Amino acid sequence: MKYVIIGNSAAAVGCIEGIRSVDKTGTITVISKEPYHVYSRPLISYLLYGKTDEQRMKYRPDSFYEDNGVKALLGVTAEKVDYEQKKVILNNGAQIPFDKLLFATGSEPFVPPMAGLDEVEKKFSFMKLDDAKALQAEINPESRVLIIGAGLIGLKCAEGILQKVKEVTVVDLAPCILPSVLDEEGSEIVQKHIEEQGVKFCLANSVAQFHQNAAILKDGTELAFDLLVVAVGVRPETKLAAAIGCKVNKGILTDAHRATNLADVYAAGDCSESLDITVNQQRVLALLPNAYMQGETAGITMAGGEKRYDKAIPMNAVGFFGLHIVTAGSYDGEAYVVKNGGNYKKMVSKDNLLKGYILIGDVARAGIYTSLIREKTPLDSIDYELIKEKPQLMAFTATERAVKLGGTKIED
Amino acid sequence: MKRIYVNEKWCLGCHLCEYNCAFANSGSDDMVKALKDVRINPRIRIEEKQGISFAVSCRHCAEPLCVKSCITGALSVDSGVIEVNKDKCVGCYTCIMVCPYGAIMPGSDGSVIQKCELCTNNAFGEPACVTGCPNKAIVFEER
Ligand SMILES: Cc1cc2nc3c(=O)[nH]c(=O)nc-3n(C[C@H](O)[C@H](O)[C@H](O)COP(=O)(O)OP(=O)(O)OC[C@H]3O[C@@H](n4cnc5c(N)ncnc54)[C@H](O)[C@@H]3O)c2cc1C
Repeated sequence: MKYVIIGNSAAAVGCIEGIRSVDKTGTITVISKEPYHVYSRPLISYLLYGKTDEQRMKYRPDSFYEDNGVKALLGVTAEKVDYEQKKVILNNGAQIPFDKLLFATGSEPFVPPMAGLDEVEKKFSFMKLDDAKALQAEINPESRVLIIGAGLIGLKCAEGILQKVKEVTVVDLAPCILPSVLDEEGSEIVQKHIEEQGVKFCLANSVAQFHQNAAILKDGTELAFDLLVVAVGVRPETKLAAAIGCKVNKGILTDAHRATNLADVYAAGDCSESLDITVNQQRVLALLPNAYMQGETAGITMAGGEKRYDKAIPMNAVGFFGLHIVTAGSYDGEAYVVKNGGNYKKMVSKDNLLKGYILIGDVARAGIYTSLIREKTPLDSIDYELIKEKPQLMAFTATERAVKLGGTKIED
Repeated sequence: MKRIYVNEKWCLGCHLCEYNCAFANSGSDDMVKALKDVRINPRIRIEEKQGISFAVSCRHCAEPLCVKSCITGALSVDSGVIEVNKDKCVGCYTCIMVCPYGAIMPGSDGSVIQKCELCTNNAFGEPACVTGCPNKAIVFEER
């Protein structure tokens, strides 16, 4: 069996480990545009911050490809897939035949049209190791950095460089930071914390015009800067898949086994959609755990095993300057909110299910809440009042606990 | 593989497992020095309420969500034991977000996480919580 994977990140690693749990001998070829051993993409901000280095940020050990019998073609681009002939054509002319193909192509930064952007000399995305290295090479203690985008990536970038530059200003169209992750109240708490570290925000605002090293905002404010980081959003990389007739919505569409509508073609990670069980809708959930588990499911399926990935939910664990945030699910339903000093908690329930939550500050044992969402635990089967106070296994019945902790097997 | 199981009917709520865990993972060979005047941060935790108590620690799941979700590759499985490489961990707490048992917690300074590794990576060699449990409410067994 010849497996070919386009992409070399979390989804690809999940696929490789999934294949190898079933098939120890088939050949696996990985094609990667980035010329690096697989690394943890979210760590690029920690690299700038100095909390990790290139060696430690490798997502798997140096021996990973060798241990798993993987031929890694690093630093080459898959230009085209010939689905009829079952081969992938690379930019160096090589043709790689496949029996089973995985798209693990991730996402690309989305740069909206902005007047005068071409005039800006020093501009960066913040998506990959090379972006971090390029930024690192340019920043100095005198740099004034303008970041467009107050989402996770823009703010992580701000955290990564703040101590190394003179000033960081973040501009976003939305009135609140982290709009896709937090509610208004939560955003305010986190914004205040980040501002206290020295980051400046211009929210509900946008750049009307760039003039070389100055940005004129919609409200007339003029901001002088030395370096620009555009972190407005990401877009699933679906070109190759669409070209051979894979169904693509925002991302590539698949079933629960991660198979596309084309035989022998699979998709996993940020390039694809999954069914968000909290809203029962297909969505791109551009998160690393999701990418890994989708990749693993694809790999097992490609190798002939049985695996479904059908418990996908949005979820984020992220910290900024020591303040931790954990969120999961969606926020449409009845809210229970507790604010206590620097800590914030919101739990949203609907139809006897926990649908989502936000924890800021105290995030201890958050996974117990996440599991209620993921497993769709009926809230009347547990002591919801007790678990609302804090996540705890005491809220489950003794019988359920005997399964969880006592090793009692569930008969089915 | 042998795992830790708890029988809440036998648990006295004495918290000895927590102290033994903190000692076993302290790197010290003197229990008094290791624990005196220290606010312990054990990897096994007692939950208790109205006469019911039980200890919670890592289940070493066969399908570990924490390992699959770890964004850095710091969590891995070695012969069934889920281990953390503290050198790679950056303390993002993704594992805390996904562990259904609430069995992973921040280490003492919060910059990396900690979890039960069945005392395989300390001088103890076998789970100190089990050895020290006076009522056999925590056992280490193949099931
Ligand atoms: C700064 C930052 C911080 C983040 N923080 C978090 C976080 O805290 N938690 C979290 O869960 N997620 C986080 N994410 C998101 C996370 O990194 C992604 O969800 C994850 O990397 C997706 O993995 P993937 O395998 O789908 O694709 P990607 O990691 O996007 O990798 C896809 C790879 O495929 C390659 N590729 C694409 N097309 C081709 C081609 N034609 N030929 C060859 N190679 C190709 C690309 O170059 C890329 O290397 C963060 C992302 C960024 C940028």
